[in-house]
Amino acid sequence: MAKEKLKLAFYWAASCGGCEIAVLDINEKILDVVNIADIVFWPVAMDIKYKDVENMPDNYIDICFFNGSVRSEEQEHMAKLLRKKSKTLVAFGSCAQEGCIPGLANLHDRQEIFNKVYLQSKSISNPKGVVPQTKTEVKEGVLKLPEFYDTVKTLDQTVKVDYYLPGCPPPVKLIINAVDAIAKNELPARGSVLAPLKSVCDECPRKKGNKKISKIYRVHEKVPEPEKCLLEQGIICIGPATRSGCGAQCLTVDMPCTGCGGPCPNSPEQGAAMMSALASILGLEEEQEHYTDEDVERLMSQIKDPVGTFYMYSLPSSLLRRKVMKQ
Amino acid sequence: MKEIIIDPITRLEGHGNVSIFLNDAGEVENAYLKIPELRGFEKFCVGRRAELMPILTTRICGVCPVAHHFAATKALDAAFNVEPPSAAKKLRELMYAGYIIYDHTLHFYYLGGPDFIVGPDAPPEKRNILGVIEKAGMDVAKEVIKHRAYGQKITEILGGKATHPVCGLPGGISKPLSEENRQEIEKMAASSLEFAKLTLNLFHSIVLGNSKYVDMIKSDAYTMKTYYMGLVDKDNKVNFYDGKIRVVYPSGGEFLKFEAKDYLAYVGEHVEEWTYAKFPFLRKIGWKGLVDGSDSGVYRVGPLARLNASDGMATPLAQAEYEQMYKTLGGKPVHGTLAFHWARLIELLYATERALELIKDPEITSTNVRNKPGEPGEGVGVVEAARGTLFHHYVLDKDAIIEDVNLIVATTNNYPAICMSIRDAAKGVIHGGKVDQGLLNMVEMAFRAYDPCFGCATHFAVGQMPLAVNIYNREKQLIKTVQR
Repeated sequence: MAKEKLKLAFYWAASCGGCEIAVLDINEKILDVVNIADIVFWPVAMDIKYKDVENMPDNYIDICFFNGSVRSEEQEHMAKLLRKKSKTLVAFGSCAQEGCIPGLANLHDRQEIFNKVYLQSKSISNPKGVVPQTKTEVKEGVLKLPEFYDTVKTLDQTVKVDYYLPGCPPPVKLIINAVDAIAKNELPARGSVLAPLKSVCDECPRKKGNKKISKIYRVHEKVPEPEKCLLEQGIICIGPATRSGCGAQCLTVDMPCTGCGGPCPNSPEQGAAMMSALASILGLEEEQEHYTDEDVERLMSQIKDPVGTFYMYSLPSSLLRRKVMKQ
Repeated sequence: MKEIIIDPITRLEGHGNVSIFLNDAGEVENAYLKIPELRGFEKFCVGRRAELMPILTTRICGVCPVAHHFAATKALDAAFNVEPPSAAKKLRELMYAGYIIYDHTLHFYYLGGPDFIVGPDAPPEKRNILGVIEKAGMDVAKEVIKHRAYGQKITEILGGKATHPVCGLPGGISKPLSEENRQEIEKMAASSLEFAKLTLNLFHSIVLGNSKYVDMIKSDAYTMKTYYMGLVDKDNKVNFYDGKIRVVYPSGGEFLKFEAKDYLAYVGEHVEEWTYAKFPFLRKIGWKGLVDGSDSGVYRVGPLARLNASDGMATPLAQAEYEQMYKTLGGKPVHGTLAFHWARLIELLYATERALELIKDPEITSTNVRNKPGEPGEGVGVVEAARGTLFHHYVLDKDAIIEDVNLIVATTNNYPAICMSIRDAAKGVIHGGKVDQGLLNMVEMAFRAYDPCFGCATHFAVGQMPLAVNIYNREKQLIKTVQR
């Protein structure tokens, strides 16, 4: 008897579309997916309506890949609906897993973002100070927009998540591994991150010499030596605190890792892990037994924008989560 | 008054939905295309390290990250007052050609093209990539997958990652091109040129060989007379990566030509309450609402606009095709929105020819790819994204931290025109309150031609869109639903 095909779904919330392109990047492998599975919901490619998802029985979808973060009432609604309809829910990509770069919006609130975008931007011509409203009366009737939340949330801050596929976007190799594991029914324990346990440093071919640094360089300030660890040349590279699976791709063009793979298994707070890694190699030229406050201040002040540097992808999922809001 | 809501992806948050209002006679009174999404890059990029902007802003759009990457990099060149070495500029342009190859291929075969290849009259379930494979054959499908992947591979070799590249630095790029990689890219570029020719042949035989399609391209329902904007080189030829911004009148002829740094004098943005997207317009004319013609500040960008705003293409095969398009469609400028598809393929051909020129340039493997940045200041970077002119403008403080950001994203430029195209398409097919499948097809085709990528949020017209039209009576009771 032919085995019943798996039912897969893909969905996007607040995202850039890069995760969808990553799915296309598996190229001819997509034919294997079609062999083992029916895609029952994929707004990018298929004619299946939102209402049809509501009409599905609970747990009808075997695996739902959800990309994008949650920042509007409608996205929250879809996250909850797809959770109910899916046996297994995968947070696909950095936005769903940890909030990603658009999660840096948590350094502000809705009001500040609206003021900037609609009132203060340099090209704006808005003498009446118009900003978008959830409900607008026009002469023909009423127009509605979904509410824009103050805070970007990850998928698992909204609903329970079974697996995480990290990366911005997830590397093709990890997507293919996940598809193979699904096909063979070999997915690991629920809650797992579907990526190698090691850090980007373990995949990086650059040579490390356990060298200390005293001066930090920004990427545009220094042409790095080839084949040598960037961090040991004073360029902040988030590789030690970032999960691998990407093949250290950014390093192949002499640029540092910025951390899109998310945290390593034993240090879930990626920003703190990186600060700790940096603290262990950053020091004065001459070793001293005791550093004065001024020494520390001088060293640390070289690091500009620490939150944007160490939490570039993970602010919403971190302990920091967002800037404190005034009540 | 009746209200019709077209929810392109049948989700309320669907990153774009249309409300059409009918008057008592059942004729279209007005139509609104709402963009229900915002992410606020202009705000949260403030306070970041300037050199990260080419990486941060790629997340505006995962379909066109290379455009944002280099608009940002060029804004940093200007802000740090540094001119990249000639080889670095060529490598950036080469990577850009790789991006145009994959993006235009994606649109023609996967997204907008199926309307034509499979046919506008074909059932909706056939108007997708699978329908294209059926009509054009498996051999063509394999070429499509292969060459979309080649475009991605070219950008990956140079940029580190294809989706969300990292190589751009103020004053150059991070790494020179090795001879080994040069040879690999040359093979892919040569193959892509043949693929572009094949694609145009396909377009000629299937689309232009059918007088019904040509009539549709020229028809009033799809015609809108606007200004057109695009980057041009010193000879006024189309250029994606660099040049001056040129705007032509709806009747043709140069209206404006300006440097990127002066864009604020020429382009403004209007705000409405009912959508999260903004409405750009030409300041010299002013915002006159959603109307076309030379008295309205509305302009269009993207493939057809670039061709209209230029005097030709800088490579021979693309130039020949350019001439043929204007001959076939009755001279310059062409106002038929559906001609965007043809223009897009001419650009695909140009991108492959240009990639081959660049990869054969002896300087392309030069190791001199970085110049030292100067003191941080203010800078504007403009490129032509696949979907149109893209502006990045940054102000840096003395520590090269971002103090201010302004972005006018490619599709946003076309937002007013897309609203109008949808309204006109609806007016063309809704009469006496009668709505049928034709509305769905017409509206869908009208905005697909632009390859819109909203917010550069990408989502709303990507792929096959299930559509639903809900018709309400004056008491807002649902009286009819048309959907597929």
